[in-house]
Amino acid sequence: MPARCGASLVLALALTVPAAAEEPVSTFALDNGLNVVVIEDHRAPVVVQMIWYRVGAADEPAGDSGIAHFLEHLMFKGTEKVGPNQFSGIVEAQGGDDNAFTSWDYTAYFQRIAADRLDLVMEMEADRMRNLRLTEEDVATERQVILEERAQRTDSEPGSLLMEQMRAAQFLNHPYGVPVIGWRHEIEALNRDDALSYYERFYAPNNATLVIAGDVTPDEVRALAEKHYGAIKPSDGIVGRKRPQEPPQLAERRLSLADERVSEPYVYRSYLAPERDPGNQRDAAALTVLAELLGGNGQTSVLARALQFDTQTAVYTAAFYDGTSIDDATFGLVVMPAPGVALDKAEAELDRVLADFLEKGPDPAALERIRTQVRAGEIYARDSVETLARRYGEGLSIGLTLTDIEGWDEALAAVTEDDVMAAARKVLDRKAAVTGWLTQPEPGVEDSADMDASVATEEAQQ
Amino acid sequence: MIRAVFAAVLALALPVHAEIPIKEVTSPGGITAWLVEDHNIPFTALEIQFRGGTSLEAPEKRGVINLMTATLEEGAGEMDSRGFAEARDALAASFSFDAGSDSVGVSAKFLTENRDQAIDLLRQALVSPRFDQDAVDRVREQVLSNLRSNEKDPGTLASERFDRLAFGDHPYASSGDGTIETVSALTRDDVVAAHDAALARDRVFVAAAGDITAEELGLLLDRLLGDLPATGAPQPGDAPWLLPAGVTVVDFPSPQSTVFFGQLGIPRDDPDFFPAFVLNEVIGGGRFTARLMSEVREKRGLTYGIGTYIVNMDHADMLLGQFSASNDKVAEAIKVVQEEWGRVVSEGVTPEELEATKTYLTGSYPLRFDGNGPIASILVGMQMDGMPIDYVTTRNAKIEAVTMEDIKRVAARIFKREALHFVVVGQPEGM
Repeated sequence: MPARCGASLVLALALTVPAAAEEPVSTFALDNGLNVVVIEDHRAPVVVQMIWYRVGAADEPAGDSGIAHFLEHLMFKGTEKVGPNQFSGIVEAQGGDDNAFTSWDYTAYFQRIAADRLDLVMEMEADRMRNLRLTEEDVATERQVILEERAQRTDSEPGSLLMEQMRAAQFLNHPYGVPVIGWRHEIEALNRDDALSYYERFYAPNNATLVIAGDVTPDEVRALAEKHYGAIKPSDGIVGRKRPQEPPQLAERRLSLADERVSEPYVYRSYLAPERDPGNQRDAAALTVLAELLGGNGQTSVLARALQFDTQTAVYTAAFYDGTSIDDATFGLVVMPAPGVALDKAEAELDRVLADFLEKGPDPAALERIRTQVRAGEIYARDSVETLARRYGEGLSIGLTLTDIEGWDEALAAVTEDDVMAAARKVLDRKAAVTGWLTQPEPGVEDSADMDASVATEEAQQ
Repeated sequence: MIRAVFAAVLALALPVHAEIPIKEVTSPGGITAWLVEDHNIPFTALEIQFRGGTSLEAPEKRGVINLMTATLEEGAGEMDSRGFAEARDALAASFSFDAGSDSVGVSAKFLTENRDQAIDLLRQALVSPRFDQDAVDRVREQVLSNLRSNEKDPGTLASERFDRLAFGDHPYASSGDGTIETVSALTRDDVVAAHDAALARDRVFVAAAGDITAEELGLLLDRLLGDLPATGAPQPGDAPWLLPAGVTVVDFPSPQSTVFFGQLGIPRDDPDFFPAFVLNEVIGGGRFTARLMSEVREKRGLTYGIGTYIVNMDHADMLLGQFSASNDKVAEAIKVVQEEWGRVVSEGVTPEELEATKTYLTGSYPLRFDGNGPIASILVGMQMDGMPIDYVTTRNAKIEAVTMEDIKRVAARIFKREALHFVVVGQPEGM
């Protein structure tokens, strides 16, 4: 036994796994509803276990913002079998790392460990799906940790505060406007009962996807999953994820946050945008390519050329879009003006460049370069099994199918100039946009930043 | 049940070691590199480090090596900035350039199908960068923008104040990004001179991992690096350590204080290095079970995270740590750190803590080698640290060999509560 254990930890990178054209992925489901995805990568004797619950900050009861993320922290507090705060210690003593993260649409937990320890971490993960033990003291201390987390990641960062305010303005009705970490005053009021009722309802095999990636075979994983997760009863509290949807957005929103900690003012524009939908990723693919064309590259993108090269309007420009969400996404643009250029001028120049793009369209050569990079990206992505595991876990958690997930690169490569322009005309509409200015306070005016105001992090790590 | 399983596996966890087939490759022109060949995925990761970095520059030219490095990708040979970026993207290659205190680093990834073209392009950036005046000026504006941001970034303020207090007139005492004054005054000639000073063959370290053979790598090395100057600027001497114990408060308007703390450390080649490394992991590792995480976060809820690090730079060895805490709690958090610093000397660590930390360190070591990019990066770091090529097979045995006796000796030698200095950026209460 010791010899087998030692041998399995030898990294035999040059050993013989035939190069597969695509990542070998298989899936199955247990009788209790747990979906399982296995991604094989035998280059190193390492495994990643991720469990993704189909519940996130956008599923929280109104007024309890932050409870999804709070519970994520509390999941490390222990069970009958695992002593208080021992979960991570047991994993670490085996040479593994573990952590968790919460988004609007999902909450996920993971361990990275030697492949022959999968049995152990599966037993532990299955155990805490139903057997969490929480004391009032655990809850009180962890609430303080989360308030420190909020202070560090949000309240200390004027840019994060602006993003949080902008999201709240972007979503008129959808809970995506509430920060994942929670508003400070609501975090302060979260309690043990809130956490446990949320846990008991949503943490169940029929509301989860298990992703096992690394030096494993589907047969091994099936046997272990049956052994550890198979007996857990499904929850009857799982219903469709119907969140309040956005009404037509008819009025442009503008806001400005002045903070003495700002050194480089900028203008950020956020548009409401469609997301990836099961069976229909075409708009999302076009928007992904549009973001790359407009602001994906510091030397060649449309915004960089116009505002950093042809004119010296800006020192930094970028575009952002991630359509991997259940409901509406956002499409973002940022311009950080050069010294001496005012924000109104920078914003006017941004709109001028967008208007020009909408008239003239993209450079076909730029589109072709993006296609090349998409194809190469498939090759580079295979170097990180953890990245692949996240891709599947996240996609399945928001309701995409395996076909959607595996067809994403193809969807990107198939985007035409017409697709890009149609998507751009649809989305770049100021009526559905929020424009935020991050500024320094006017001289002689009191600092307007409210230290107790809160911020959105897209992912809040434990 | 889990505890029983845990104990059983723990017993098996001891003979762990990492073994990856690292080859040393010497090019026909005499440049050496370390290689891990892996033909599973048709690309190669290449890491290059030039020893010296921003510490090679004169005080009045502070920031020039950073500016030079950031301008390498802004045009080379016949291509201007845009032409270079288009050529790179058309190959789907990625290059990144980074100026550190001890080295200038180049990270590259390229597909097997167009490797020769990608290497030709990278060669032009390294050997014949254009440094066009408009590119230098544009990148300078970006650097100045970063410098202005840093003036309002509490983390940067804390570490820069710490360095200024510690290192006297050594280059480590100031930021390698330079100051607004020095960067504004840099000329294109300065940038060209910095290129000759920093990117030379007498200081280069190379590693590759992925879909490339030793022979192919040898030829590539000569093509890529053979035309660089043979020698560069002289390396600086060792840095002094002038930091007494104490607390320095830097006023900054924030609800939270950012704390940077530290003291002298231990050289990488000291016989006590491994005990010190293990001991630091017990006390200040990033794991949730490390003592400071446990005492400051898990038990008291004073911070979101705290860690300490054994830092070995080319000319200074330190034991450093950092955390953030609300202004009304930071004094208590600092007190806990000071007490833990004292407790490790007076009480030592428990055998259980030592064993759990050793199994963590030995078990997690192989997990670091998880892809071509990380492998190339680790391999180049090992060379810069002067490690032998079989280091990965002996490293875990050195961790295993650390005893309670070693820990006790090293705790008394290294952890000096009376030498610990804290820089606090914020508006801490009661300090």
